[in-house]
Amino acid sequence: MKQTINLTINGKSYSHEVEPRLLLIHYLREVVGLTGAHIGCETSICGACTVEVDGKAVKSCTMFAVQADGSKIVTVEGLAANGSYHPVQQAFWDEHGAQCGFCTPGMIMTVKQILERNPSPTEQEIREGLEGNICRCTGYQHIVNAVKAAAAKMGA
Amino acid sequence: MATTTTKTEPLIGKRIKRREDPRLITGTATYVDDIQMPGMHHAAIVRSPHAAAKILGINVKPALDLPGVVAVFTGEDTKDVGPVPCGASLPGLRVPHHYILARDRVYFVGHPVAVVVATDRYIARDAADLVEVDYEPLPAVADPEKALAPGAPAVHPEWPDNVAFTYHQEGGDPDKAFAEADVVVKQRIVSQRLIPSAMETRGVVADWRPGDKALTVYDSTQIPHLLRTLLAGALGIPENRVRVVAPEVGGGFGSKLNVYAEDILMGFVAMRIGKPVKWIESRRENFMCTIHGRGHVDYYEIAAKRDGTVLGMKLKLIQDLGAYHQLLTPAIPTLSVLMMPGLYRFKNIKADIVGVFTNCVPTDAYRGAGRPEATHGVERMMDILAAELNMDPAEIRLRNFPEPEEFPFATATGLTYDSGDYAAPLKKALEIIDYPRLRAEQRLARDAGRLMGIGISTYGEICAFGPSPATPAGGWESATVKIEPSGKVTVMTGASPHGQGEETTFAQIAADELGVSIDDVLVLHGDTSVVQYGIGTFGSRATAVGGTAVYFALQELKEKIKRFGAMLLESDDVSVTNGQCICNRTGNAKTLAEIAGASYRAMKLPPNTQPGLVSTYFWEPPNFAFPFGAHIVVTEVDRETGDITIKRYVAVDDCGRIINPLLVAGQVHGGVVQGIGQALCEQAVYDENGQLITGEFTDYAAPRASRVPWIETDHTVTPSPVNPLGVKGVGEAGTIGASPAVVNSVVDALKPLGVRHIDMPMTPEKIWRIINKGTNA
Repeated sequence: MKQTINLTINGKSYSHEVEPRLLLIHYLREVVGLTGAHIGCETSICGACTVEVDGKAVKSCTMFAVQADGSKIVTVEGLAANGSYHPVQQAFWDEHGAQCGFCTPGMIMTVKQILERNPSPTEQEIREGLEGNICRCTGYQHIVNAVKAAAAKMGA
Repeated sequence: MATTTTKTEPLIGKRIKRREDPRLITGTATYVDDIQMPGMHHAAIVRSPHAAAKILGINVKPALDLPGVVAVFTGEDTKDVGPVPCGASLPGLRVPHHYILARDRVYFVGHPVAVVVATDRYIARDAADLVEVDYEPLPAVADPEKALAPGAPAVHPEWPDNVAFTYHQEGGDPDKAFAEADVVVKQRIVSQRLIPSAMETRGVVADWRPGDKALTVYDSTQIPHLLRTLLAGALGIPENRVRVVAPEVGGGFGSKLNVYAEDILMGFVAMRIGKPVKWIESRRENFMCTIHGRGHVDYYEIAAKRDGTVLGMKLKLIQDLGAYHQLLTPAIPTLSVLMMPGLYRFKNIKADIVGVFTNCVPTDAYRGAGRPEATHGVERMMDILAAELNMDPAEIRLRNFPEPEEFPFATATGLTYDSGDYAAPLKKALEIIDYPRLRAEQRLARDAGRLMGIGISTYGEICAFGPSPATPAGGWESATVKIEPSGKVTVMTGASPHGQGEETTFAQIAADELGVSIDDVLVLHGDTSVVQYGIGTFGSRATAVGGTAVYFALQELKEKIKRFGAMLLESDDVSVTNGQCICNRTGNAKTLAEIAGASYRAMKLPPNTQPGLVSTYFWEPPNFAFPFGAHIVVTEVDRETGDITIKRYVAVDDCGRIINPLLVAGQVHGGVVQGIGQALCEQAVYDENGQLITGEFTDYAAPRASRVPWIETDHTVTPSPVNPLGVKGVGEAGTIGASPAVVNSVVDALKPLGVRHIDMPMTPEKIWRIINKGTNA
């Protein structure tokens, strides 16, 4: 019944036997112990569970762990390096992009991808890029500011 | 090493980055679902698929037979536990007994019927589907006006009229005012049911220690101490053996200002199985079973003179309560009545509330809690009156504000507005948006056939809840400030923030009062074993009441610091500044660390002084605080599609003195977008059988980034005299100001088509139908 999966998460190799129906988000949170990504809707709408799978931002609440076999995953916990935050994390702090913080890890992973695809987005492009992530606290304005600030820093 | 960094620059009023953010941006914060415990079990809840039904029988055996399932409990097991408490009291209020699990009948879709406990989250969920419940469906009613009609299905058979309470309030002489009026305008206005939708759903981890007979509950709540008191009562455990921890809480907006069946149920389960148990609400459960907000049908009448001077207001308010009273359910519409005059000189008012049971999840406090409904009503009515009299909506508002010298201002509803210059934010907003030029632009747009609208709202709100006699649970807040032996400062607040940023703002207050670096201050909250009793964070109260408690605790602490300082410096003239106690004559000083060290070492004590440097203060506010402001919204409506675009949004708020402008902006933005959500897209929809149609984020339209405008914010500052910080509160302001401003703008855009009023949400379909049929919605 159980299947073995081998994958890399935040640069570390993991091998586990998992049930085929185990969702990737539950695997990350409860098997690996990385609780940064959150479950907000279970329907791919809110984006709180967003992680990077093989370079693409993916909603891990609607992907099975077995589907991630052999892939490279990056979660919010894997972004800070050498004692300093990723520019997107830093920008969320500087610009007050988080209030309750529940959507924040998913937001940060989405914003990382927005900027990888388009290093200097317009405000409208930023807002469209955030379409798949719901924040109920900020009204998005400080998140938009954070994306702009991160873009400026990463482009510099 | 015992060091405390001193500083001289005040932090209050500065744009300080939040102290809580490093754990949030790195994904290392601990929300309820992040808690793991050895031996922890998982619970899943069996819920009614019917809005009304008799339960003829429950067969739990198929679920119990599934390997991994350890227990299934039904209403028969829990009949002596609870009930789910209602904290609000009104004369003649009918309070249905609210069992934590249904017994012989269910009253709304999602009503908890049984709980399944298993060793694994997935097994618990599987087993919930194996519980067989035999229902006999009954007729249901989901619409409050239909519930009042003769012959409607009775939600609770013992009360066939579905009326939970009626409430009447009058001030001045409304009948005389209406008799003497030149003009009377009337309108039915709906504030639709909304789903609060905090991004973190509810969740509970309960851990029972049989040896200590002690229960620890980790709960995503805004009110850990009140929850503890009420849980202890519901479960029959001495209160001092219950600990509630609100860990990181992922938003609340009022929906976690409550005690739910599941909170009590998880305590019951943990005690029965003797193991920790976790329940995490699914999003679908959150939409079905966590309180909704609003749910008003309001009938307004206002009386005025020909020159636009308002004389009186009458309101018949029908409140959809849902099937039960949650913690504050029946009290919420009474806040609407208190707030119904808005910022204007309505000297004569009459209000009648009918609280109606429906076969829906209960309504209760959602961001603004009664005040957005009232503000929406009065602000729509001011526009309808202006249209009737052919007056400008800005002019009619300016005509009816009390003057600044009239404060404190007594309202016809019995409130005393603390301080204000209500014209100031409106004038500022009109200037920012260049109102005369905008109206000229609108005339050109109309000539060109475009549907451009300009909408104004000038809102006020009751904040800083509040004087204890006027609140259900005590309205004070508490703080303990402790200087550790090393000189570091720990603040423990009874307010329980969940995204508002009080770990930062309260640290600013403490750092300024003591003259230490903010890095030397730590703010703790949310754990009833750590923090003295407290009330919580809601009603825009945390800074105005909780921050003030911190301020007064610091004043007492400074007196004690001075006693130790005077002793150590051998002086009777000392002051606390820059993290030191200084002799005002010699300039000799002792650092906070030196004084703290001496106070705990206690080799010598000043006269009548205890060792240690700790102060606890419970601050009782003498009045509410009343923020106010003006929002102006420019919209354009697409004739072809009915789609609304917000072209500009200007929000000028007066929340008194501002502790941290960065955080205030965040509160305004978030509040405004929730108000825009209500105006444009959000609505909890039940069908005629009481099925929730908007049961997921797939169907409930929470605003997305691409659909909300850039919000231009500004402020006027009128300090509140109610507290020494001069703060008023800002958490709900945006939500309260936004919905009428947006609706007024769209009604203005459609004015050339003869439109006078539109109910929310103003979906493109609704607007398209209005444009194409030329009728009001």
